[in-house]
Amino acid sequence: MLTITINGKQQEVNADPDMPLLWVIRDLLGLTGTKFGCGVAQCGACTVHLNGEAVRSCVTKVSRAAGQQVTTIEGLSKGNDHPLQIAWAEFDVPQCGYCQSGQLMSAAVLLRENPKPTDQDIDDAMSGNICRCGTYPRIRAAIHKAAQLQQEGAKS
Amino acid sequence: MNRRSFLQSGAVLSGGLLISFTIPQANKLAALGKTAAAGFAPNAFLNIATDNTITVYLSHVEMGQGIWTTLPMLLADELDVDLNQVTVKHSGVDKAYNHTVYGIQITGGSSTTWSEFDRYRNAGATARILLTQAAAKRSGVAIQNCKTQKGIVTAGDKKYTYGELAAEAALLPVPQQVPLRAKTEWKYIGKGSRRIDAGVKTNGEAKFGMDIQFPGLLTALVAHAPVIGGKVKSYDATKAKAVPGVRQIVQIPTGIAVIADNYWAAQQGRKVLQVTWDDGPGASLITAKQTTAYKKLAATDGLPAQKKGNATTALTKSAKLISSEYVFPYLAHAPMEPLNCTVHIKKDSCEIWTGTQLPGIDQVGAAKILNLKPEQVKINVAFLGGGFGRRATPGSDFVVEAVHIAKASGKPVKMVWTREDDMKSGYYRPFFVHNVKVGLDKNDLPVAWKHNIAGQSIMEGAGMFGPLKDGIDDTSVEGVKGSPYLDSVPDHYIGLHNTKEVVPVLWFRSVGHTHTAYVMETMMDELAHTAGRDPVEYRRSLFKNHPRHLAALNLVADKGDWEKSLPKGRYKGVAVHEAFGSYVAIIAEVSINNGKAQVHKVDCAIDCGLAVNPDGVKAQMESGIIFGLTMALYGELKLENGRVQQNNFYDYRIARMNESPEINVFIVDSNEKMGGAGECAVPPTAPAIVNAIFAATGKRIYNLPIMNTKLTLKA
Repeated sequence: MLTITINGKQQEVNADPDMPLLWVIRDLLGLTGTKFGCGVAQCGACTVHLNGEAVRSCVTKVSRAAGQQVTTIEGLSKGNDHPLQIAWAEFDVPQCGYCQSGQLMSAAVLLRENPKPTDQDIDDAMSGNICRCGTYPRIRAAIHKAAQLQQEGAKS
Repeated sequence: MNRRSFLQSGAVLSGGLLISFTIPQANKLAALGKTAAAGFAPNAFLNIATDNTITVYLSHVEMGQGIWTTLPMLLADELDVDLNQVTVKHSGVDKAYNHTVYGIQITGGSSTTWSEFDRYRNAGATARILLTQAAAKRSGVAIQNCKTQKGIVTAGDKKYTYGELAAEAALLPVPQQVPLRAKTEWKYIGKGSRRIDAGVKTNGEAKFGMDIQFPGLLTALVAHAPVIGGKVKSYDATKAKAVPGVRQIVQIPTGIAVIADNYWAAQQGRKVLQVTWDDGPGASLITAKQTTAYKKLAATDGLPAQKKGNATTALTKSAKLISSEYVFPYLAHAPMEPLNCTVHIKKDSCEIWTGTQLPGIDQVGAAKILNLKPEQVKINVAFLGGGFGRRATPGSDFVVEAVHIAKASGKPVKMVWTREDDMKSGYYRPFFVHNVKVGLDKNDLPVAWKHNIAGQSIMEGAGMFGPLKDGIDDTSVEGVKGSPYLDSVPDHYIGLHNTKEVVPVLWFRSVGHTHTAYVMETMMDELAHTAGRDPVEYRRSLFKNHPRHLAALNLVADKGDWEKSLPKGRYKGVAVHEAFGSYVAIIAEVSINNGKAQVHKVDCAIDCGLAVNPDGVKAQMESGIIFGLTMALYGELKLENGRVQQNNFYDYRIARMNESPEINVFIVDSNEKMGGAGECAVPPTAPAIVNAIFAATGKRIYNLPIMNTKLTLKA
């Protein structure tokens, strides 16, 4: 039995320690916002935060998360009001939407570490996340907007 | 059942007003009434419940193209409601939801907006009239003094919500003809709206097929034949069964299914499952051999798809002759959500959850296996994590496979494909070779054109359209056939060789245009270059009778500053193409670094007629351009002894953020016939990029993808 804190809630999990965190989150804990896209850390759809760092949960063994803090898209904000989520809606970023949980979780770490990312910073932080619908131009615009929202939020 | 009693039954079933778009069409009513009586499948497009819940049912599915927003916009403008008052749902399967032109329930061919433009507006208008009549009746106020606004009817000094009037409106006779609003009264149409589904797609709430869960549901992975078309010879499940969490191993027509408590256990089981395969004839498939064979074939005349005069003779008389061969590989659609389908077989019925572009066809396919009537199979359409044509298989491959597993196991099962399954187990954009010979006159204008194409027929493979008319599959030749450039060529011949392979092929976003536009638009660039003329100006001279091509080209040339020279090291190329009724012109700007092309900027102009949701159109252009960029740079599946050599995104690359160019989209102000937006940006993207690469390198690329050619700047 492993204990993981997911989105602030402590959870007991009965899983093979080698089981990827992705499948623990989805199949054992029923949180389906985190997506399966490739299974080999190539697409980023499964990105979650492990102690605040972006990890590809499809290749992260659950044993690595034991006793740690995991945040999924469901825990990014309480009211869908993270600056990124607000900007995502404003710029109509999602198309099919399948990759967007992972995009947002990657972008959230970028924005926390780098409150005013340049285009190059965005390229560096976001190139691990594939979007087959090609929403990249809007993701870029929305990250810039979210940075601005975050700045304004910090000032007020 | 007459119209009135249908509406009454609708009211009883839903506790409110149930409006079907097909009601004004008396000839369809009988069928409609029958299905309505069969049960609570609300075979309508709008439901206003007495609690004022306003639900719009979508006859087409949301796979990214934004129809979740656009169809409700059409309806809302006539119904007089705000989009934030509306709940949106995918419809179930019913004849009432059949495509207004194609006659089956399908989302494809970039056709949703134009094909539903009248039907959804009519539904809204019909409901609004009935609600107004109900308000007049209840209040005693003359109908001309009853006004609607934002879901409320104001009758004199009284106000009623639509929900309050729903039960009474449901009892009124439905008008045969309803007036539709003038353009000047549109609030959403032509102006647009933010996406209604953005919220649930940013907080993890949106449910895709993959996200279906319920107690007792097991997960299945299928061991598919490693060689395309292969079959199971024998298998040993001993080791697989020993994996903790693995429940059952069953054989199905397409392989061996490992059924387990969860994905991880099923995957571990599949790894140790031992299967001996009968490879079949597919084992001889080798891409290099196929290329040689198709080139040989395309050097001969195929069945005529379009002809005028005598191209063979005219070529011998031309002042100049340009001759080229083009090769296009198999491509996987690779939607981000791997294929999946959940099936729960019950006594005398079956329930299915999946993301599909063809729910009606899938229903029939599932019913056949289960010896049920189609209406005993309920299809719940989830959000599609990308479609691009892959979720529109006439043979319902992923649904059929899941139904076989559930039937064999006797348990509810979610079948999931891995990314590797997606790459290796079909379906694909077919492999194509074009052989083109163009004869020019002394002014370097084309006067003779012979164009032979070799490749598998998608329509023939689909098996649902009957034999090909005169042996021609339009999806193989569209874009060459009907090309505006051939109008002025007095002698031309387009020939088609339908090849046969065991490789399963399917429509891939923009279908035949994925290769035909490439050939036509890179050839045009070659002709312009031969003539020593500017490629935009050269095309203009050939578009004299093609105002929509010309309008798109002129707009992008203007907005994209075609005439202005670029900074050192940057090069541009242009392409124009019509697909699915829309005309798209693209200018791509590239640089060459370390033997590779980088696309920095893409300007795009589209004439799609009325752009119902302009920002949605822009989003689809961006999407199509990046899809086209991926196809141009990286798209390639190779076969060695019948085995697909690519595995996952590390060797089947998709363009990423760092490769995503700046994109600017301009919409032609047009009152012409409406076209689609979902696919038309794909075709001109690759040729525009390659034409820019020619400007940089002086070399033409005849074989996609570009990554196979080492690029060097011309001296």
